[in-house]
Amino acid sequence: MFQCHIRNMVFLLFNKCIINLNRKIMDNNDKLGYLNIDDSLYQTRISNKFQNRKSYKPADPKIILSFIPGTVVDIMIVKGQKVSKGEDLMILDAMKMKNKLKCSMDGKVKSIAVKKGDKVSKGTVLLELE
Amino acid sequence: MPVNKKIRELQEKREKVLLGGGEQAIEKQKAMGKRTARERIMALLDENSFNEYDLFVEHDARDFDMDKKSLPSDGVIIGSGTIYGAPVAIFAQDFTVAGGSLGLMHSRKITKIMDHALKMRIPLIGINDSGGARIQEGVNSLAGYGEIFYRNTISSGIIPQLSVILGPCAGGAVYSPALTDFVFVVDNISKMFITGPEVIKTVLGEEISMEDLGGARVHSEVTGNAHFFAMSEEECFEQIKKLITFIPWNNSQKARAFEPGEPKPEYNINKIIPEDPTLPYDVKDVIRAIVDNSDFFEIMELYAKNIVIGFGRMGGRTTGFVANQPLEMAGVLDVDSSDKAARFIRYCDAFNIPIITLVDLPGYLPGVDQEHAGVIRHGAKVLYAYSEATVPKLTVILRKAYGGGYIAMSSRHLRADFVFAWPSAEIAVMGPEGAANIIFRKEIMTASDPDGMRKQKVEEYKTKFANPYVAASRGYVDAVIEPSETRKFLMHAIEVSGNKDVPMPHKKHGLPPF
Repeated sequence: MFQCHIRNMVFLLFNKCIINLNRKIMDNNDKLGYLNIDDSLYQTRISNKFQNRKSYKPADPKIILSFIPGTVVDIMIVKGQKVSKGEDLMILDAMKMKNKLKCSMDGKVKSIAVKKGDKVSKGTVLLELE
Repeated sequence: MPVNKKIRELQEKREKVLLGGGEQAIEKQKAMGKRTARERIMALLDENSFNEYDLFVEHDARDFDMDKKSLPSDGVIIGSGTIYGAPVAIFAQDFTVAGGSLGLMHSRKITKIMDHALKMRIPLIGINDSGGARIQEGVNSLAGYGEIFYRNTISSGIIPQLSVILGPCAGGAVYSPALTDFVFVVDNISKMFITGPEVIKTVLGEEISMEDLGGARVHSEVTGNAHFFAMSEEECFEQIKKLITFIPWNNSQKARAFEPGEPKPEYNINKIIPEDPTLPYDVKDVIRAIVDNSDFFEIMELYAKNIVIGFGRMGGRTTGFVANQPLEMAGVLDVDSSDKAARFIRYCDAFNIPIITLVDLPGYLPGVDQEHAGVIRHGAKVLYAYSEATVPKLTVILRKAYGGGYIAMSSRHLRADFVFAWPSAEIAVMGPEGAANIIFRKEIMTASDPDGMRKQKVEEYKTKFANPYVAASRGYVDAVIEPSETRKFLMHAIEVSGNKDVPMPHKKHGLPPF
């Protein structure tokens, strides 16, 4: 199921990037896209991995993300509370360790995206500061 | 006669043990589409060639009422036999006996046959089908795994080690296959992971099936842990048999020579490559136009397709091929393709197999993901592997050989023994467009018609540098050859390199960037 899902996604992406088709290779039921290397456009098949790569976003100190998958076992702050750098915000239970999440800056809690007991995967937004 | 009675006693004992986990367990195994461990060995080895050892070994567990249980052969079969006449040592875990779980005596049987293989300098084949550690045997079971990993490592590069995953292979058990040379998987049967779906669900709340987590396809396409993918156990055994014909018994021998045969005429080497260096073609057609009988045995076919690796024969002798694949991702080098190529180069070097490298690449794949995934470190593996390899290294530059990619792909500078280039070769620091944009930036920017000027300068650069003759004038390329002369030149090069001997400075071991 999971694989089918990914394949379909890729297929859609593929259709978007097709500019030209080479008949000989079309016989193999594969589609060609273009890859830019040093200002030259190469006609070629584009891998799933390349299609699905995540574009880079710089880290935002105002958004606290889970650095590891785990369970939120305690939340020490409330919405609107003033917090200072280094203050404990939450406890994330992961890999048999209770990890204290520390505040990255002086500010105020803008919103809390999780509640006690929530299971979170890596990179989930836990709370936002302002 | 008392002797006959004793023989009958042996026969009865054997019969009892040969049933493994019993008829019910065998039925269950079959219902999963799997053969029993003994059937697998019989299907893989030459007829009547299998000699089994340690048939009567019993398990050693005393706790948890285990002493009241009998586990025939302790869930693993060991022995030796032949494949097309070549001797091999083999073990096969028997899932019908306590789920093929690994206890102390089970592991001792495996390490016994591993020691045997190393001592006799013959290939080792391991068939993995096991639920994992036998929990009742505690740390003895862990010790067993450790003893296996140690032997895998010590035997590495001395005897070929093949792992065949025909069932679950989970937790620590996966590290034995990971330490061996080639891993074979079968669709819907093989399952490999460190932590299974249940643990992942409990700890992380992520739901995934065994197949999507660590099935045969995943390991062949995504992780690169498996080298050969088959749709059935039968196909898998054919792959193993074929591989055995290509590799030597050990690192002090060469692979068996076969009767040479010409490539098939349908692979017309003059017509494969489009003139425009930005257009794709299938580099496997070039390999098939060069090798004996057009028989190319590809390895890791589904992983990092932008580089092609595998075995073929030149004049009857096994040869390793490494080729950029312009059809996939323009044939760039990236994290995965570097890793794939480097390991194969080292395999060929360890087992006295000459390497032919076919070059056609625009360079390295740009991107944040690549840089952050460590393309520097992984790319360096290719440089290391080629530089370190002392087997004959022959290079044919088919078309593009730009920048760092040119250096990495078995260039003269990394001590290729012979470098040939086709007239279509373009050996340059970068592609004409990129180079012209940098070198003639001022002229292009100040021109009344910048686009026209750019085109003109690109053409100028192409005529001057996008050819093999600048490199040939320095001796970096030994000969510019017509495509149709490729096989002749390569066969001759392999012939004259038969006694190649490169003394290397003494060291304990190098530090490849892994």
